[in-house]
Amino acid sequence: MKLELRGITKRFGSLVANDHIDLTVEAGEIHCLLGENGAGKSTLMNVLYGLYQADEGEILLDDVVQHFSGPGDAMAAGIGMVHQHFMLIPVFTVAENVMLGNEATKGGIFLDLNAARAKVREISRRFGFDVDPDALVDELPVGVQQRVEIIKALSRDARVLVFDEPTAVLTPQETDELMQIMRQLRDAGTSIVFITHKLREVREVADRITVIRLGKVVGEASPTASNTELASLMVGRAVELTVHKNPPQLGDEALVVEGLTVVDHIGQLVVNDVSFEVRKGEILAIAGVQGNGQTELTEALVGLQPRVRGSIRLNGEELTTASVQRILDEGVGFVPEDRNEDGLVGAFTIAENLMLDRSAGAPFVKAGTIQRGTLAEFAREKVKEFDVRTQGIDEQVRQLSGGNAQKVVLARELSRELSLLVAAQPTRGVDVGSIEFIHKRIVETRDSGVPVVVVSTELDEVVALADRIMVMYRGRVVGIVPGTTPRDVLGLMMAGEQPEGAAA
Amino acid sequence: MTTVTEHHQVSPQPDALATTVVTSWKAPIAFAVFTLAALALAVFAPREGDTTYRLNASDKDAIIIANISVPAMPALWVVVVLLLLATAFSVWLVTQKRRVPLWLIVVFAIVFLFGFLTWAGAGAMLPMINLLYGSLSLAVPLIFGALTGVIGERVGVINIGIEGQLLAGAFTSAVTASVVMSSTGSMGLALLAGVIGAMIAGALVGMVLAAFAIKYFVDQVIVGVVLNVLVTGLTSFFFSQVLAPNAAVLNSPPRFPRLPIPFLSEIPIIGPVLFRQTLIVYLMYLAVIVVFIGLFKTRWGLRLRAVGEHPQAADTVGINVNRTRFWNVALAGTIAGLGGTFFTIGSGIAFNKEMTAGAGFIALAAVIFGGWDPIRATLAALLFGFASNLQNTLSVIGSPVPSEFMLMLPYLVTIIAVAGLVGKVRGPAAAGKPYIKS
Amino acid sequence: MSEPQPKTSTTPRDTTTVPAQAPEPSRWHQTFQKITTGNALISVLSVLLALVVGAIMIAFTDEDVQKAAGYFFARPGDTFAAIWQSVSGAYSALFQGSIYNFRRDSFAAGIKPLTETLTFATPLIAGGLGVGLAFRVGMFNIGGRGQMLIAASVAGWLAFGFELPWGLHMLVALVGGLLGGALWGGIAGLLKAKTGAHEVIVTIMLNFVAFYLVSWLLRTPGLLQAPGSSNPKTPPMKDTAIFWNLKEYGYNLHLGFVIVVAATVLVWWILSRSSLGFRFRAVGENPNAARVAGINVPSIYVYAMLISGALLGLAGVNQVLGTVTTGFTAGIDAGVGFDAITVALLGRSTPWGIFAAGLLFGAFKAGGYSMQAAEGVPVDIVLVVQSLIVLFIAAPPLVRTIFRLPDPSRGPKRPRPIVTKEVTAK
Repeated sequence: MKLELRGITKRFGSLVANDHIDLTVEAGEIHCLLGENGAGKSTLMNVLYGLYQADEGEILLDDVVQHFSGPGDAMAAGIGMVHQHFMLIPVFTVAENVMLGNEATKGGIFLDLNAARAKVREISRRFGFDVDPDALVDELPVGVQQRVEIIKALSRDARVLVFDEPTAVLTPQETDELMQIMRQLRDAGTSIVFITHKLREVREVADRITVIRLGKVVGEASPTASNTELASLMVGRAVELTVHKNPPQLGDEALVVEGLTVVDHIGQLVVNDVSFEVRKGEILAIAGVQGNGQTELTEALVGLQPRVRGSIRLNGEELTTASVQRILDEGVGFVPEDRNEDGLVGAFTIAENLMLDRSAGAPFVKAGTIQRGTLAEFAREKVKEFDVRTQGIDEQVRQLSGGNAQKVVLARELSRELSLLVAAQPTRGVDVGSIEFIHKRIVETRDSGVPVVVVSTELDEVVALADRIMVMYRGRVVGIVPGTTPRDVLGLMMAGEQPEGAAA
Repeated sequence: MTTVTEHHQVSPQPDALATTVVTSWKAPIAFAVFTLAALALAVFAPREGDTTYRLNASDKDAIIIANISVPAMPALWVVVVLLLLATAFSVWLVTQKRRVPLWLIVVFAIVFLFGFLTWAGAGAMLPMINLLYGSLSLAVPLIFGALTGVIGERVGVINIGIEGQLLAGAFTSAVTASVVMSSTGSMGLALLAGVIGAMIAGALVGMVLAAFAIKYFVDQVIVGVVLNVLVTGLTSFFFSQVLAPNAAVLNSPPRFPRLPIPFLSEIPIIGPVLFRQTLIVYLMYLAVIVVFIGLFKTRWGLRLRAVGEHPQAADTVGINVNRTRFWNVALAGTIAGLGGTFFTIGSGIAFNKEMTAGAGFIALAAVIFGGWDPIRATLAALLFGFASNLQNTLSVIGSPVPSEFMLMLPYLVTIIAVAGLVGKVRGPAAAGKPYIKS
Repeated sequence: MSEPQPKTSTTPRDTTTVPAQAPEPSRWHQTFQKITTGNALISVLSVLLALVVGAIMIAFTDEDVQKAAGYFFARPGDTFAAIWQSVSGAYSALFQGSIYNFRRDSFAAGIKPLTETLTFATPLIAGGLGVGLAFRVGMFNIGGRGQMLIAASVAGWLAFGFELPWGLHMLVALVGGLLGGALWGGIAGLLKAKTGAHEVIVTIMLNFVAFYLVSWLLRTPGLLQAPGSSNPKTPPMKDTAIFWNLKEYGYNLHLGFVIVVAATVLVWWILSRSSLGFRFRAVGENPNAARVAGINVPSIYVYAMLISGALLGLAGVNQVLGTVTTGFTAGIDAGVGFDAITVALLGRSTPWGIFAAGLLFGAFKAGGYSMQAAEGVPVDIVLVVQSLIVLFIAAPPLVRTIFRLPDPSRGPKRPRPIVTKEVTAK
């Protein structure tokens, strides 16, 4: 089916997320929609899928104008979507998820689960999936969950299939398999829209590429275009993907982790017997696909995980079972992975957020009372130093953009006397300008002799920052390799395969 | 991506993480506490005589079962020993990194209860049929209320306003039934009008809750609490201002007669307890079954639960989240309204101010105690009904325990349950959260 | 990763691409916007709306109105006159019972209703502060009734059962009561901290437990029951323990009101100036971030419930040492525990907002009783008006629709949800 978007405009308040976007996807082609985080790709697809109503413009399928007032209409018209955050009910089975909203019934009332199971099996067979219709979605690995999403779309006879950032949670192998599925679908006549910001994937699978930036179409490209060409189209200027840094001035061993195991609430060993050490003046980057224990590892380092075995020592101090407060007192700075959830109090002002982890005593609290003058002075200084673009220090942090909010977190953590910095996904959801700034500050911290642990799922970031790289897979360390290790080797390690010669 | 060819898999089973067992000492601790309580009764408050369990409703029953007598103290000591064994077993299970199974908890509870009853009834006769029959009756509004709560939370709306819905149902059924009775003289018509009026009243309260929670994003707990106050104020106002001066016409509700079901009502024990009830109780049986099957076997239930678990996912498959929530909260309101009839036309009592006396809150406790499951919430409500009626029964035969402590029991049990046993049961993921689209 | 999803509806504008300062709209325009769209106007209009609904109820159930409506089409004027009679009669009784009674000769006698209002407002403000403080920490304390009952029992027991010097006796009873309330509230806090038990359920249950416990104490000789009596009631409080008051001048107002003013100042200081209050608010707004920042979230829950319980305890102590000093029953809480919730909501959980809301509801209570006495309008109407006020205030869009006011939220700016967040269990 041919899909055409004409002049789609979508505004959120004063923000124009989509500005007169035109896009044509022919039947049986894979059309890549390439753009940076926040460029407006997902908004556009949500408009296409009926989740948002466009302010202007129209959607055509096989040259017929469509009116979608909700996802139900879009699905009925033959549009299916594989969402970035899977739209599956965790406590339902695969069959229940696939049938939801499109239920086969007996007598119009009772669910016909057998029909749903048969449908799941039939589609699985067609594409060579191995999916048990009676498995609970919650208990399936992410790769399989994604297939359930695909089955769900196909069970509704989707002829236009949108994949929204589908590879973010996949290992390189799973990504390859997904690309294979996309080609298979294309050959069967399905039109595919593939949304991503990863250049390599685009070049591998796309038939055509449309690049959008700041809500506007900025150009089309062919799959033969080079990485640099695509990147500069996407970002709007030549981007520098590397960070200038001098060779590390290594000091003593500072952080020593031995046999660290973290158990989650249902008894899974989410971090399994991990050992490593970080020296003063060194950046250790922890690479891996999202959800392989990195989050839990960093949380264990700062005392946020309740069930921990093994040992964590910092400059000789045993910190394995220490409270968060004690670890902060030891001089550990922490940039959490999800700053809105764990790093900032959105309703607090910038100033209040800057004192968040120092609410117990000096310099901001004396005799149980907040020293408002001291705090304001400090906040103004930090806002200037970290170039936080804001109306003032009394602005609520939830009003700030991702990059500026992250600068507030960084300003808070770097303004203490540090003996270790742990930064998880320090540039996730952050604009390009801020990324450069944040990377620079992290490298400066390392140059001042502080050991740094950076966790990132973006290989670019890992390679840019790391002096050494530790790769994790399924809670275990696959290997610790030099910062100069080639990407393809890292990619394989992220899939759990250990290259010969790399020391574990 | 093929430059490195020699490699091996780190983990033989890539899809499953290694696991270990997380143990919980909650059950053994709770067991130990109850065992000590039983022991304390035996040691510090020994009682004389035998306890007689009477298992017939009346001497006219078709099948007569002989009364059972047990010597109180020996029986209590046997119970203490059994409880000790169960506690030790649970400790052993946990040290072996195994879970304490549900059956053990149930057996423990039954044994403890038997011990307590035997102790409390020493030297007297316990009319078991009356005890159970009364328990069921007292549980009726709790069960209706709990079903309302279950549906609400399953669809994603926390309902603290069950109390208000019961009260509204009680008020409306009394007034409509009284009015129809005095104008037509037909009791059947009057009762029907009472039931329908109560259901509408419950639904209206539900709609207000839903409207404020869904359209205006007001915190659902707050709306529920405020609605209770509002309904209390409205019914009390109209009671004082309108009903009291015209009680003969407006507040003299007829009563649902008992309808023994032929054959079933003659079964020993079960018959007199379950099948010599009023229509309201039979409607309750029906409601429990319908809600259970509806939630888990039908399209309605699948969509409802999807909305309560992951509204966004439901939205993306074309289910209108807010409409689903609104109408189901309203529908659930009809059930609580029906439960309200128990207080007036169900028992033949005139409406009075605040006559539901906290039943809605116990129903709420049953929802949580029952883990958001209609059957288990019903069982929890029955347990609460039993505790209340046990107090009535014991005060008749001269209870050694102050009645206030018996009345406290359901609430204490709920606190223990919420803090201990059901701590791990997960409620609907999106309950209490408004669904906000762009 | 962070493009707008349907659920998170706002993506703040990336300020790196726009000028940091937008041109400032005129001062007058801003002020106008604030008044017409702001909270103050909504609050006033909510009260007004609720009073209108109350008026409709009064008129609707008035016998003269019903009689006149019977011949409405013959003489419609009679109906309107009757409506005016009933509503204005009721509301002027409400006013004269709560602010100033014009039928008294002297100012001292005329102003007595106002002192009654202050007396009624005293426990409401104390309780409202307790509920409001818990709100700010993200907790919903519905256990006011239980906390008040326990506090009243402890304070009462100390006040009638012991001989202590004047002044000291009162202090001991007051502190004992506060500790009792704190303890009862603290149970809920402790259970939440240790086991994750939801405080809404636990506090509701503790209300019933406290009620039966106190009922038992009250009917058991040698405990709280007055000697030689078979009623479930305590003996009167000893004079040495009673709050200083203005009874000799004919007013019921007592020291409790001064204590409550002090409590308001204290809560204001805790919440907006103290380090503890900073942590309270951090936990209330985002418990996860608070935990990551080294704040011991479970202990904050316990502290908050202790203080909240103590404030509700203050409401209970007020009842037994100030308002009803002749001995009390299990009904001593007089519904204040639940009224406190509406007070806290109306006051938007800020100390001075709660103070004002407490005064308003105190006026309703004082006036409500005189309205019942003078006009025969059941005092229950006050409950209706109070709950409607809270409902309207909680839903500004509804009030704006009714009064056709402009909508301030050109951006998506919703009222701060009061109780939503829980720490994700790990």
